Amino acid sequence: MTQPPTSAGPEPAAPPAAAASPALEAHGVSKRYGFRWAVRDVTLALAPGELAAVIGPNGAGKTTLLSILAGETRADGGTVSLPAREVGWVPQQAALYGRLTVAENLRLFARLEGAEDVDGAVARMLAQTGLEERARDRVETLSGGNRQRVNVAIGLLTSPRVLLLDEPSTALDPAQRARLWEFLDELVGAGTAIAYSSHNLEEAEAHADRVVVLADGLLVFDGAPRELVAEARAGAGFEAAFIEVVRRGGR
Amino acid sequence: MRWLFLKDLQILRRSPLLVALLVVYPIAVALLIGLALSRGPDRPRVAIFNQVSPSDRTLNFGGESIDTSRYAQQLYRSVDPVRVESRERALELVRRGEVLGALIIPPDITMKLQTGLEPATVEVLYNADDPVKAQLVQDTIKSQVQDANAALTRRLTDVALGYLRLIVAGGDFSFFGRQFDVLGLGPAEQLLRGTQAELPRGSPARADIQRVIEFARVARENLDLSDEVLASVGQPIRVDAQVVQGARSATLSSFAVALAVTVSLMFVTLLLAAGTLALEREENAFRRLVRGLVSRTGLLVEKVGLAAACSLLVALVMLAGLAAFVGLDPARAPLWALAAGAGALAFAAMGAAIGALTRDVRAASLLAFMISLPIAFLALVPSGTVGAGLYDATRAVSALFPFAPSLAALRAALDGSGGLAGPLVHLLVLTLVLGAAARLGLRRFG
Repeated sequence: MTQPPTSAGPEPAAPPAAAASPALEAHGVSKRYGFRWAVRDVTLALAPGELAAVIGPNGAGKTTLLSILAGETRADGGTVSLPAREVGWVPQQAALYGRLTVAENLRLFARLEGAEDVDGAVARMLAQTGLEERARDRVETLSGGNRQRVNVAIGLLTSPRVLLLDEPSTALDPAQRARLWEFLDELVGAGTAIAYSSHNLEEAEAHADRVVVLADGLLVFDGAPRELVAEARAGAGFEAAFIEVVRRGGR
Repeated sequence: MRWLFLKDLQILRRSPLLVALLVVYPIAVALLIGLALSRGPDRPRVAIFNQVSPSDRTLNFGGESIDTSRYAQQLYRSVDPVRVESRERALELVRRGEVLGALIIPPDITMKLQTGLEPATVEVLYNADDPVKAQLVQDTIKSQVQDANAALTRRLTDVALGYLRLIVAGGDFSFFGRQFDVLGLGPAEQLLRGTQAELPRGSPARADIQRVIEFARVARENLDLSDEVLASVGQPIRVDAQVVQGARSATLSSFAVALAVTVSLMFVTLLLAAGTLALEREENAFRRLVRGLVSRTGLLVEKVGLAAACSLLVALVMLAGLAAFVGLDPARAPLWALAAGAGALAFAAMGAAIGALTRDVRAASLLAFMISLPIAFLALVPSGTVGAGLYDATRAVSALFPFAPSLAALRAALDGSGGLAGPLVHLLVLTLVLGAAARLGLRRFG
């Protein structure tokens, strides 16, 4: 198993120095469903302004890990440093009320999240996600991509320090995906720590400061994308390196 | 929780078809049940073919006239009469189900009553396709004919008593326009004593006259007792009925209202509570809510509160509407609200437990129907129709669900049948137990 990175290099895209106080820490997080371990003894930390991609094969525990960090799923072991209310969460399946409008959904969750300026938060999210014109449309009339935008907007209502997204680019067309990454890059630039899960290795290589590779619930790699490539045999690309690391991790 | 409550109301407002079905369907079912129960026994619809001509409706006994049409009117008042002109028409109405039965009065009934040589018989026709209807018609007409018999007998007894008093005390008697002066046993006895006193002491006629005097005295004294004897002829056995359980004021109409409202309460509350909870899961919102925005218990309380509030409103509107037709006591309205509210909470907790078991709204609705209908029917099984052991089992199972105590609470609130406190406590316990079950179910919900 590869050890977590201990120092940052002079690369422009390298993660912040380890001395910076982490925005989110998880120690020994584990989750079991019956006799099967979905996540086993995972320890990681997210620094402010860092974009981490959690990747792995199907059933590796990516969604389980993120939902534990978000407070949606209760872990069977380990600790998470932040309470759920301080973490923004965007689940894979849009968690929205179809009979309510876009604005009503945002307003409801802004109130539940305890936003100080509910109307301001709603207006800001509508602007940031480009949904002002659809504010009065019921969510059930939106396309899958637009629903995902509302889903992301809900996760950002309280401008959290940490944002977790589960497969955020699924159901988005290329233009919407590009816009999403621009948006996330802006958040990272403003100091938000972001972790997202994805099956899209190209996106992980292109956008993430750090990749966390899970296999069978175990953390098999945690480091910069170039370091993952360096782990594999010479000449291997990112995808090949990923496969090799996963295979070495026991899958 | 307030925002979730408002959110659910908003969603309901935007589902007009769902709301209409949720409210109208149970009310319609409940009113049909109430209608079926309340229409039967009070005034059954009976076809009547009276062949007695107007001139033959008077009985004559020794110069006294008895108008039999007066007793026929009493019979007519106990049913909803449909006068027909022929036996065939009466038969047709019975066959078509337009009347529950038919009463055919023969033209010679007055003559037979007058002579007493043959029993006077009326013919009753009924449709036995529905045994309940058949029994109802038989019972109603039989009881009314018996009442008419008793009334006629009393009248005849009065006439007979009049004759007896005439025999005992004497007086004037009119028979077919001729006047007679009847001596009477009492005056006869006095006359004879006077005559006896004027006879010589040793006269043999004294003894004979004494015998007649004795006869007159004995007959007079015994006939004086005939009042009580004849009074009991018409009704030798009387019934003294006592209400052992339930309220004397309880009527079938108030029971039908209680049943109708309980059925509505059950359907509206169960479907709303189960459906709104299952909707959170179906919309994938449940886990987002309970990760720190709302506790599972808080969410449960909101769903139970919403369902109970909506169904209570429906129940109160129903009661207010029915009160105008059935004659409920509006002074008991606070008790209606208390009973309906307690029932609504218990049903809502049950609905939440059902919703916590299911993955989507359709499954929740189906499960709510499948569980509630058999429980309701079980609670309505009357004692005496099944064996004692089976009846106890049905009571035990019914006690585990809110239908039976809700019905009992509403009946107590409407007409004082039984106490209200017992069912209210029962409903409170069920609310807590079913609420706990729902809370347990939510642990595996997301």
